[in-house]
Amino acid sequence: MSLPETDIAVRLDNVRVQFGETGLHFDCAVGKGQIVAVTGASGSGKSTLLNVIAGFETPDTGRVEILGKDVAGRDPAERPVSVIFQEHNLFAHLDVATNIGLGIDPALRLGIKEKAKIASALLRVGLEGFGKRLPPTLSGGERQRVALARALVRRKPVLLLDEPFAALDPGLRAGMSSLLLDLHQQEGHTILIITHHPDDVRTLADSVLFLDKGRILLHEPVTQFLDHTDLPAVAQFLGR
Amino acid sequence: MRKAIIPFLAAAAAFTIAFSASAEDKVLTVYTYESFTSEWGPGAKVAEAFEKTCGCKVSYVSVADGVELLTRLKLEGASSKADIVLGLDTNLVSEAKATGFFAPHGIDTSAVKVPGGFTDDTFVPYDYGHFAVVYDTETMKEPPKSLKELVEGDPNQKIVIEDPRTSTPGLGLLLWMKSVYGDEAGAAWAKLKDRVLTVTPGWSEAYGLFTKGEAPMVLSYTTSPAYHMVAENTDRYQAAAFSEGHYIQIEVAGVTKAAKDPALAKDFLTFVTGPEFQSIIPTTNWMMPVAATKAPLPEAFGKLVTPEKTFLMSSDEVAANRKAWIDEWLAAMSKN
Amino acid sequence: MINRIERRLTLTAGALCLGGIVLFVCLAAVALLAFDEPGSANDGVVFDAYVWRVARFTLLQASLSTVLSIVFAIPVARALARQAAFPGRVWIIRLMALPLGLPALVAALGLIGIWGRQGALNTALVAIGLDQPVSIYGLSGILVAHVFFNMPLAARLMLGGLERIPGEYWLAGANLGMRPLSIFRFIEWPVIRGLLPGIAGLIFMLCATSFTLVLTLGGGPAASTIEVAIYQALRFDFDPPRAIALSLLQISVTAALLVAIRLLTPAADEGHGGGRKVRRFDGRGGFGRAGDGLVIALAVLFLALPLGSVVSSGLRADLVKLAGDAMVQRALVTSIVIALISGLLCVVSASVMIRARQAALSSRRPTVLLRGLAVGIFASSSLVLLVPPVVLGAGWFLLLRPFGDVARFAPLLVILINTLMALPFVYRVLEPAMATHTARTAKLAVSLGLSGWYRLRLIDWPGLRRPLLMALSFACALSLGDLGAVALFGSQDMVTLPWLLYSRMAGYRSTDAAGLALFLGLVCLALTIAGTPRAGADDQRRKDVTA
Repeated sequence: MSLPETDIAVRLDNVRVQFGETGLHFDCAVGKGQIVAVTGASGSGKSTLLNVIAGFETPDTGRVEILGKDVAGRDPAERPVSVIFQEHNLFAHLDVATNIGLGIDPALRLGIKEKAKIASALLRVGLEGFGKRLPPTLSGGERQRVALARALVRRKPVLLLDEPFAALDPGLRAGMSSLLLDLHQQEGHTILIITHHPDDVRTLADSVLFLDKGRILLHEPVTQFLDHTDLPAVAQFLGR
Repeated sequence: MRKAIIPFLAAAAAFTIAFSASAEDKVLTVYTYESFTSEWGPGAKVAEAFEKTCGCKVSYVSVADGVELLTRLKLEGASSKADIVLGLDTNLVSEAKATGFFAPHGIDTSAVKVPGGFTDDTFVPYDYGHFAVVYDTETMKEPPKSLKELVEGDPNQKIVIEDPRTSTPGLGLLLWMKSVYGDEAGAAWAKLKDRVLTVTPGWSEAYGLFTKGEAPMVLSYTTSPAYHMVAENTDRYQAAAFSEGHYIQIEVAGVTKAAKDPALAKDFLTFVTGPEFQSIIPTTNWMMPVAATKAPLPEAFGKLVTPEKTFLMSSDEVAANRKAWIDEWLAAMSKN
Repeated sequence: MINRIERRLTLTAGALCLGGIVLFVCLAAVALLAFDEPGSANDGVVFDAYVWRVARFTLLQASLSTVLSIVFAIPVARALARQAAFPGRVWIIRLMALPLGLPALVAALGLIGIWGRQGALNTALVAIGLDQPVSIYGLSGILVAHVFFNMPLAARLMLGGLERIPGEYWLAGANLGMRPLSIFRFIEWPVIRGLLPGIAGLIFMLCATSFTLVLTLGGGPAASTIEVAIYQALRFDFDPPRAIALSLLQISVTAALLVAIRLLTPAADEGHGGGRKVRRFDGRGGFGRAGDGLVIALAVLFLALPLGSVVSSGLRADLVKLAGDAMVQRALVTSIVIALISGLLCVVSASVMIRARQAALSSRRPTVLLRGLAVGIFASSSLVLLVPPVVLGAGWFLLLRPFGDVARFAPLLVILINTLMALPFVYRVLEPAMATHTARTAKLAVSLGLSGWYRLRLIDWPGLRRPLLMALSFACALSLGDLGAVALFGSQDMVTLPWLLYSRMAGYRSTDAAGLALFLGLVCLALTIAGTPRAGADDQRRKDVTA
């Protein structure tokens, strides 16, 4: 898929990462405001792809551009991205408001304005009044909502989600998906989301990055992908 | 985290400064062992008495024991501040002379009387004690009357001894056995081995085991009972008199070549053999005086064992043979 | 995972610490080797039959002591981990840090009060009609003493590992109906096995360098360690080259053994859970509870009786008079100040080095330099225990001689030597805890831009408070009970409690010495109480830093 330069949110240009014997190679561009589902079998390199964008992993060769800027040498916190992991998104000993506050200022210098922001973020994810709760007292779904609330207050244009709903039961997942879509409509983030679920792909994504053995096998609009049953790897993923 | 180290270093440095000694004008620096300067040791009284006559200040530097004293001197070399070294024993004399740090004392020592008749042009004796087996009268009714009886006695009546590799009394017993048994010393040790409960690194461990009641006998000094009689008022612990005689430990003092005020240092050595110093020694250092005291010794000292015969090897002989004799001891004591 | 600036800072700081340690040790050795003054005897032969015999015995007793300490520690750690609500549990765990702080002589006399010929055990045997006393002098005595010192240490380090097992594991275990044996095999043993190389290495080194205990309880010179030969070479024969050669022998033999241990036991990964509250479901039945109770009771008896003997001897002293003695007060203050400074210094430098090692190994392909740093940190934090303090002391004495009165530097040197000697303990307490902590928090902290002071205060301190306090109390206790370093410089200007204790003993005042031992024990107890805060329900949950 070719896009005009100004519409590209994330571009991986010939990026290579070597892990011992296995080499990974990524080359792709993601358009602004898109929701991209990143899928593929375990070990296909999905998390590494996100880690390279987030800055947790340094490519051996190639360029990573976010919003047109080369981000090489920039620490994760300096990149215009927010990350939500499958688990461990919150510090268990800090209350919910503090966990969100860390997204505004890591030094926790929070004034009235910032506190209001935290409250409104909690309201938007449906957790009004949860500010004083400690994470271990929350359900898995509630914890992920807090993580989303923190991503909201950080106001970074790119959101990376690494299987954020994997630990949740189906009912909760549907709720989270629609919350994510609502927030996306309001904020216009560019979202890359790793998922194993064809349902997530259908309901959320605009396009799909399908990885196989460390390479990007397909990058195409979701409708096209869902019809792509001629490839065994894709057929297996879609359960057909 | 790195920054945090600096205040600690600063604190440590401040701590260092707080501990450093202050300087005086005319100072006599005496190197000695720790128990000499401990609160109950002779150090303070000796310094007080000498300062009255010399118009100077006595400053002690103390290390763990006599052996450490020599090591310390060797490590310090020419930079040593020592004017006087007090606390070597006769076994260390030839090694100490070999360092070349000491000057002949040049004082009149005719008043000094030590059993075995030790005299030396460099070192002046200031006290002595005989090594002895000290026993607990409550658990030992018939103590050995000779080294032979100790060696050949009931192996169930145990003794705690010290290690000649790491302690002075240990070396003393080694030389004592050698003096009595000569070439048969190895065999005698092999026999004594069964009576030895354990061999401790130093005197304190051995005496601690003994007073805890672990063994009815310990290798110590003829003067040990005096402490218990004078300070604790008990006759429970007594030294056994051995018919062959006892090996002696003589403690000596010497002047260094680098002494800042050689005349003052010599005055101190003369003072050491005088009645003032000699009167302080018995009940503080728990050793015998080498010259006349101002007043008769406490009654307890009259009850102590006075050996009829004294063994003393020349320090040259000890230095030449120590390694071989320790090897002999190791071989005999390590047999199963 | 840390940001770039912090990574560079951490690596630099770690390299500086490592360089400092290597320099501190090597300079001392070089100074001693270069030392050539009249009167230093040297006949050239170092590795004679005597040295080999001593080396063999060193290996034998240290290996046996290590194996026994670990074998006994496993059931104790396991029982304590299972019985989270055991009455007095926190006190039992505190008790286990006490032996560390006792000078060897005090512990030896305490042990003899129980196991000796006139000890409680033999008295009891006589009372039931057996009149032949059980004698511990010999290898058995050495082993009893070393197990007394090291079993609690091993048990505490293992307990730390067992308590880091994620709550999910216990849920899964209970769910699968795992029997105690399966739980041990599949959940507990893999964790313990991962810790074993570190624990075994530490205990082995402690036992290999044991001196007073080996001689006092060993029954005769057949029981001697290389450390005895080093002491003899430096203090009695004054033969520095021989002392250095023997030290190198001690280091190389032990290093070879440590490498072997590490190669034989694969490192295990600690599991990462969801921060669920840790609740164990095993050891609930009457049988399991009784078994654990018995194990804990035996361990407590084994530890508490000799300590009790130290206390009862101490109570016979005139404690009021001792406490009022200006000298004792000064020694107490000096000891505590030295212990605190070296403890803090040790914990700070150990954390810096552990962080640096993590940072060096975190990149996918560490350069030779980074790998060297990681290996160097690991090796130095273990082997430094094998460098005899007497060698360090004598070497630095020579180095500082040109700068005036060496006694002025004594406190600083004593602090540094104590810091160095405590490093292996602190490293082993902190390293696994910091590895788990980093695995759980680093990515999240970096993605939020949490760094420096804020991460320390908000994330690291809450997450590592317990292991840091435990490490600090270990390090302080070790420095407190140490005589070795102080004895080298000992002058009347710097009197510590163990020094005073030995000095009173040398002056026939064994009752006073027993009283001082009691004081030392009480200070240690205070330290271990501070180092092992009571775990509230809240703390249980907070052990996992992320959710």
